Amino acid sequence: MLTAILSGFFFSLFLVFAGKFFKGKLAVLSALVPLGLFVYFASFIKRVSEGEIITQQYEWVPSFGVNLNFTLDGLSLLFSLLITGIGFLVFAYTAEYLKGHKYLDRFYGYLGMFMGAMLGLVLSDNLISLFVFWELTSISSFFLIGFNNTSQASRRSAILALAVTGSGGFLFLAGSLLLGGVAGTYSITEMVNLSPEIIGSPFYLWIVILLFGAAFTKSAQFPFHFWLPGAMKAPTPVSTYLHSATMVKAGIYLLLRFTPVLGGEEIWNTTLIIIGGITMFYSAVHTLFRTDLKGVLAYSTISVLGILVFLIGLGTEYALTAAAVYIVVHALYKATLFLVTGIIDHETGTRDVTVLSGLRKVMMPVAIAGFLAAISSAGMPPTIGFVGKDLVYESTLHMGDWSTVLTILAISTNVLVLYAGFVAGIKPFTGRLPERHSKVHMPGFLMWLPPMILALLGLIIGIYPAFIDGPIVKGVVKAVGMAGEEVHLKLWHGFNFILLLSAITLTLGILLYFLLKPSKKREKAIAKFDFIAPKELILKFGSGVWHFSNLWTRVFQNGFLRNYVSTIILFLVVLVGYSLFNGEQEFYIDFSSFSRMTYYEMILMGIMFLSVLFVVGARSRLTAVVAMGVVGYAICLMFVIYSAPDLAMTQFSIDTLTVILFVLVLSSLPKYLSISDYKMRIIDGVLSIGFGLLITLISLEVLSEPVNKDVSNFYADNAYILAKGKNVVNVILVDFRGSDTLIEISVLTVAALGVFSLLKLRLKRDDRELKD
Amino acid sequence: MEVLLAFMIGTLYASGIYMILRRSLVKLIIGIILIGNGANLLIFLLGRIAKGSPPIIPGDSKVFIEAYSDPLPQALILTAIVISFGLQSFAIILVKRAHKVVKTDDLDEMNATDEFS
Repeated sequence: MLTAILSGFFFSLFLVFAGKFFKGKLAVLSALVPLGLFVYFASFIKRVSEGEIITQQYEWVPSFGVNLNFTLDGLSLLFSLLITGIGFLVFAYTAEYLKGHKYLDRFYGYLGMFMGAMLGLVLSDNLISLFVFWELTSISSFFLIGFNNTSQASRRSAILALAVTGSGGFLFLAGSLLLGGVAGTYSITEMVNLSPEIIGSPFYLWIVILLFGAAFTKSAQFPFHFWLPGAMKAPTPVSTYLHSATMVKAGIYLLLRFTPVLGGEEIWNTTLIIIGGITMFYSAVHTLFRTDLKGVLAYSTISVLGILVFLIGLGTEYALTAAAVYIVVHALYKATLFLVTGIIDHETGTRDVTVLSGLRKVMMPVAIAGFLAAISSAGMPPTIGFVGKDLVYESTLHMGDWSTVLTILAISTNVLVLYAGFVAGIKPFTGRLPERHSKVHMPGFLMWLPPMILALLGLIIGIYPAFIDGPIVKGVVKAVGMAGEEVHLKLWHGFNFILLLSAITLTLGILLYFLLKPSKKREKAIAKFDFIAPKELILKFGSGVWHFSNLWTRVFQNGFLRNYVSTIILFLVVLVGYSLFNGEQEFYIDFSSFSRMTYYEMILMGIMFLSVLFVVGARSRLTAVVAMGVVGYAICLMFVIYSAPDLAMTQFSIDTLTVILFVLVLSSLPKYLSISDYKMRIIDGVLSIGFGLLITLISLEVLSEPVNKDVSNFYADNAYILAKGKNVVNVILVDFRGSDTLIEISVLTVAALGVFSLLKLRLKRDDRELKD
Repeated sequence: MEVLLAFMIGTLYASGIYMILRRSLVKLIIGIILIGNGANLLIFLLGRIAKGSPPIIPGDSKVFIEAYSDPLPQALILTAIVISFGLQSFAIILVKRAHKVVKTDDLDEMNATDEFS
């Protein structure tokens, strides 16, 4: 199974090197990859329908419980077949659709990568590897939406889609880690058995929220749906494959997969019903206002995704069966409609439904495919759509108190979906053929055959629902934790209430189709409300975040050194000061241990203090430097008094050198600056004094603590015995810590080299010109 | 005496920070030097100070017989003084050089990376 998943990636890699041979007539051969995979997965149908679950395990990062475990059960099988089957048709279709395109090989590369990622997503049993594949689908979707990279609209849509699905991926990762932490395992199969513990845990709510965030962004649920219409900027094969048949169903897959783990709780069901309900109705209404064929299809896709979420929310066996059937139904008819739209676009150069009509006269087979798909979307017998719609009504009617409301909602959505299907599948082919389209001709068979196959499949499965009932739908229902005994797919249920509802739906839908023609005027009218649309609100939020971070950066990263320093010092003073004096520990200074003051020490301190004041207050640079020298010499004397002769010598020489160096450089410097205003000085002064005071208090506090002299004693005791030296400080420097001193010398050398090169550096000609 | 020294250290730190907060580059360097001195004294003080007992083993014995002041902080400070000299000399020359190129000593005019003056 790993090979099957990776073959998509291998195919992409292969195209990187051999892509140029695949641009011409050979392009169609690439369809053999998904075809082979389809056959491979189809060979499992029998085993899986008998209840077998095929697993394969590869260790990846076993220490973190991250493994490449793959499970093929009914749910995974359904998705795998959709991915490879529709993949096969789309790969073949693309060979004709993008014939001779400059980047055809690149396109196939992205498609291959997507196929591999999507297969990995639906087959992974490990949450973390599931997440990795999940992100890979978002990334390949980004590249495919932005495939026309010269168009700004494409690039924007690609970024928007990546932003929405990417943030969903982030939520998914957080949710996975939380879930993995609660369950103690990342294996979904094991989580099913731990379901009661997970539901009982205090993190249950968070897990559900995070996973909902992931599923809703990926499957374009309200209010995150807006990226999907934008994603229609991608070439039509992409819209067919990713944004209708497979990738956008990843969220649905996730919800179905976790139904046996997290489902059955009120919060799970209610949220899904509400969000799914809003999405399905809201976007179905939107289809009334669109004139671009792909826009109509995009909104009706969102609507169907809403229906699926809604059905998962209902959570009964009827509803979950309906969901499984609906995934098949939708994949078949919506892919057909997209492919048909692609043909129309390709041959006539427009997707504007208001100017398209009568095309049946020039492309009859396409018209037939469109018609079949339209009646399947409408749920007319004898298509599979009819079976699916009946199941939806069946499940809403079983919902007790709420059945009336939910059924009416489902009916009105279906009416609008019917309208959308008719607009896309029938409208362009009926009526009078305009003059300008009379020269339009049939596309190559590679383009019209795939939609035909899908449309016919919808019809055949509709007549013989047993075709998918036992082998596939039952498997899905079992995989989501139901018995799978209650519901059997049938085309004809006899004359009953549900048939009446179906009839009402069809009548209303067809009436709507004839009464309400798509018009530009309506499209413009609804555009006025864009400012309150979720897309605008979220984009505004995005730019708000951008402005805020801009402001934040301008305030804190303003490029003025002293602001950085004063911020750091301020926080240091406040935080350290607070933790010292918050009363938790007594501040204690042990004066008795301090040594007595002598007058010469006091004089020395006085000199030092005065010279520090001189340094700070000096008006001339020379005064400041000389005063600083005095400070240095005073410290030097301090070292003499307190028995540190080596330090005194070092301090003396270094201090002298610094002053000399300063004076040498001083002559070439400008006037001593004294720019800051009075207020600034006061603020800085207060801050500095606060900091100095803090240091003083800390040092006094530390002096009251006992001191550990073990290390010092070791050096002192062994200075002569081990190192044959009597001056302990020197012994430490050149013997005990000899390598430190070596490094110190190297640092000094580097500094000296730096000084030397700065002195010797002559500006190059360009620099000098720039300077002038 | 320790109290006085502690206040002296505080003064050095305070004046150092104050000088760093000025806009002049030369004052910035002076500030760094003052803080460096303050830090050295701080380490010295915290190692406990003692008069008239340098950490040098007397002529004819192999170990200390009388009390001695702590050699470890002294070794640390010695290193620190030398290293800070490396820093200071480099900084001083850098200021000289920077002034030659950008013709200013004002830090606020030096906060852009790719334009002269």
